Amino acid sequence: MKIKFKLNGELKTAEIVSYMTLLEVLRDTFGLTGTKCGCGNGECGACTVIMNGHPVRSCLILGVEADGSEIFTIESVSANGLSDLQKAFLEEGAVQCGFCTPGFIMAGEALFKRTQNPTDEEIKIALGGHLCRCTGYDAIFKAFKKVKVKKTL
Amino acid sequence: MKKTLSKNNFHSVGNSVIRNDVIEKVTGTAKYIDDYKFGDMLYGATVRATVPHGNIKSFNSALALKIDGVIAVYTYKDVPGKNEVPFILNDYPLLASDKVLFHGQAIALVVAKTPEIAKFAAKKVEVTYQELPAINDVHQSLKKDAVKIFGNDNIFKRYDIIRGDAENVFEKAAVVVEGKYTTNYQVHAYLETQGMVADPQPDGSIVIYGSMQCPFYIHDAIVHILNVPQNKVRIVQTTTGGAFGGKEDVPSIVAAHAALAAYLSKKPVKIIYSREEDFQAMSKRHPSYIEMKYAADKKGKITAAQVRYILDGGAFSTLSPVVLWRGAVHAAGPYNIPNVKIEAICAATNKVPCGAFRGFGQPQTTFANESLIDELAVKLNISPLELRRINMMKVGSRTATGQKITRSCGLEKVIKQVVQKSDWNKIYLSPEKRTGTIRTGIGIAASFYGVGLGAGGKYLDRAGSYVQVQKDGTVIIAIGNTELGQGVFTVISQIAAEMLGCPYNFVRVLKTDTTRVPDSGPTVASRSTLMSGNAVRNAAGIIRLRIDKMVLEMLNVKSGAVKSNGKNYFLSSDPKKKVRYQDVVKKCYGKRINLTSNGWYAGEDVTFSQETGQGNAYYTYSYSATAAIVKVNTETCEVSVEKLVSGHDIGKALNPQLCEGQIEGGVIQSLGYALTENLIIKNGIMLNPSFAGYLIPTSSDIPEIIPVIVEEPYHDGPFGAKGLGEPPMITPATAIANAIYNATGWRTDKLPVTPEVLLDIKKHLWKKI
Repeated sequence: MKIKFKLNGELKTAEIVSYMTLLEVLRDTFGLTGTKCGCGNGECGACTVIMNGHPVRSCLILGVEADGSEIFTIESVSANGLSDLQKAFLEEGAVQCGFCTPGFIMAGEALFKRTQNPTDEEIKIALGGHLCRCTGYDAIFKAFKKVKVKKTL
Repeated sequence: MKKTLSKNNFHSVGNSVIRNDVIEKVTGTAKYIDDYKFGDMLYGATVRATVPHGNIKSFNSALALKIDGVIAVYTYKDVPGKNEVPFILNDYPLLASDKVLFHGQAIALVVAKTPEIAKFAAKKVEVTYQELPAINDVHQSLKKDAVKIFGNDNIFKRYDIIRGDAENVFEKAAVVVEGKYTTNYQVHAYLETQGMVADPQPDGSIVIYGSMQCPFYIHDAIVHILNVPQNKVRIVQTTTGGAFGGKEDVPSIVAAHAALAAYLSKKPVKIIYSREEDFQAMSKRHPSYIEMKYAADKKGKITAAQVRYILDGGAFSTLSPVVLWRGAVHAAGPYNIPNVKIEAICAATNKVPCGAFRGFGQPQTTFANESLIDELAVKLNISPLELRRINMMKVGSRTATGQKITRSCGLEKVIKQVVQKSDWNKIYLSPEKRTGTIRTGIGIAASFYGVGLGAGGKYLDRAGSYVQVQKDGTVIIAIGNTELGQGVFTVISQIAAEMLGCPYNFVRVLKTDTTRVPDSGPTVASRSTLMSGNAVRNAAGIIRLRIDKMVLEMLNVKSGAVKSNGKNYFLSSDPKKKVRYQDVVKKCYGKRINLTSNGWYAGEDVTFSQETGQGNAYYTYSYSATAAIVKVNTETCEVSVEKLVSGHDIGKALNPQLCEGQIEGGVIQSLGYALTENLIIKNGIMLNPSFAGYLIPTSSDIPEIIPVIVEEPYHDGPFGAKGLGEPPMITPATAIANAIYNATGWRTDKLPVTPEVLLDIKKHLWKKI
């Protein structure tokens, strides 16, 4: 099946099989391996991408559903240097093994696009459903808070 | 950048420099094994047993082989070397031959052109079984009339540690407490599942790439299974998405499966596990059953400890013997007890094998001894803190194996700081004074932790390194330990920079590769900073001697101590006499001085004897304590952890921010172990092999975490450092259990303490009233 969609700002077309997930389309068809598969069941958040402005689990979306949509992956975030959130992850020690990191960053980019000044509650909701087994989340939360502080200055 | 902890006279170590692999990780460019593609690559899928115990009656791959895109189906018959994964006892077959011992055991490998075809075809391989009675729990396994699935008694390993005369002391003791404790499985739940690629080479050699902790274990396994010389096997670690012990033993199986398929098909083969497969087939933390007794005099001095410590090993032994050993050596707790009797047994059951997991047997024994210490405090009518203060290890104390603690023991300081930072004295009240539906409680648990493998893996406790200063002053380093997310490559870079006198960001650590340095043992047991750190210190120190000589020559002085601030070298006696680091390197190259060296470190000797159960078990110990503050809803029996203060004496924090990261991550794994992580295996079949069924902590479960670092330097560690990776996982779960008791008076003898468990305790207490 043929799909046509905007990927990281560029119009793309692809010939895909009907059962392919968006995650597989991104990784296998377009070679964008920054998006990770942690469970394949929508339970861990590692495969989060931004679809039409919303963070979504790309393992739960069929490739064909992407037709006509606009999608941003982790590869788009640092196109012009590291984003504020990525810098905050560096400084706060919010990264250990790094496998969950692209998912968290995408959840954050979607959040900060929507609001420049999220409340703690909004940050918690944005982080909800993203599993990290290394950091204990504290440093990740602090990184989110740091961006918030910067943006409101 | 965070401030350093203690006064720091170093330009590199002791600083919270930003980790050197972080840019690639935040931008998504870091390559994990599933991100690699090779030309003509094939994909493997594993055919797994569907019964917990049975003889294989028939095996038929004809249907699978007919599927378009399937290349081959390999079985034990195709293994060119030995059909066993070499761990310790070599009882684990790479592929089952005539019988299966657990639901999920590997029987055959399907190799196909795509992963989808391989997985589909694996389901079409027909295996029939003559089912046999299965052993579902360890008590059943140890019964005399039990079905035998390992040796003639189902016992993988047994240890006895006897010091003094515990039995005699118990008979006469003023106070005796005893308890029986059980803990459940724990799943590593690293975010990246197991995965490997095997790439056969034209010269008959093979390269393995993958997610792993222990490339040298995999190296040995491939040699054993393919029957090839050691120099024909090369193992390269790819960026690894979490491990926690789960990538210590079992990657040898995944790698050997991929290697077998690649060797036979002569094509690169990739195997990536699904999350469900990873849950079902990979090793777990051992469920335990522990009976424990303490005897004390009326003043609270503990006079004897007795422990019967039983681990459920699952179907194959993997690393069970050493997990059992570490747990046993530490089972009496971090206390100076003159009479100790520890009996430790690990037995086989028809369930998924258990193996290495952060803490390595100690979270289980700590749950028993630190719960029981609190019970002893109740019986003696003294505070749990006071009882610990009276008995805790200090310099001069002896462990259960008779080892005298002669140095670097910061337990007292750790407990003091944890008490202070948790506001213990303000919050502590005895349980009967707590009222209301929602009750606050505070609890503490302490432990000690032998750093490295010690006598449990004596011959493996050494490490090599390779350090090369390039012409522009940048540095390349190879070590044998792996970066798992803990930050060892960053710490190694800091050590090298400190030794060489160069800036930290000049140093690059290469991906771990078995062809670069000699077998350096596994990346486990909080040993990498100590072992590889010292090996790098050794190599860089050799180069530094050559550099110092050149510095003196360039400064026109005959002798003197040369120091560095990371940019310039200068004379200690006259700091104005200085020369730039890069200029010295240039000069050395000009004068044909070799700025390359290998390094080596072997741990100090240990004297523990299996026969007597006595002797020095480890070179040195890290000490830790955690205080937990909880709120318990006495109606719904829900527990909310409000605060965890976790203190660790690690000798020296080479990178305080990374240390805090280890503590925060470890305590949250332990929080999951305490409350929510509850794997259920019924009649040998796992019922909840997913993140939806097996609940690891999420961001909404996180309390305030206060990491505390205490530095009691270890003279033989790099800049005084000991080890930290595992200890944060050991005490928090028991601190939480003790806090629940403090809030409610409900004493749990089970982990995890789910609301159902608490409700049972509550009902039981009502009946008594």
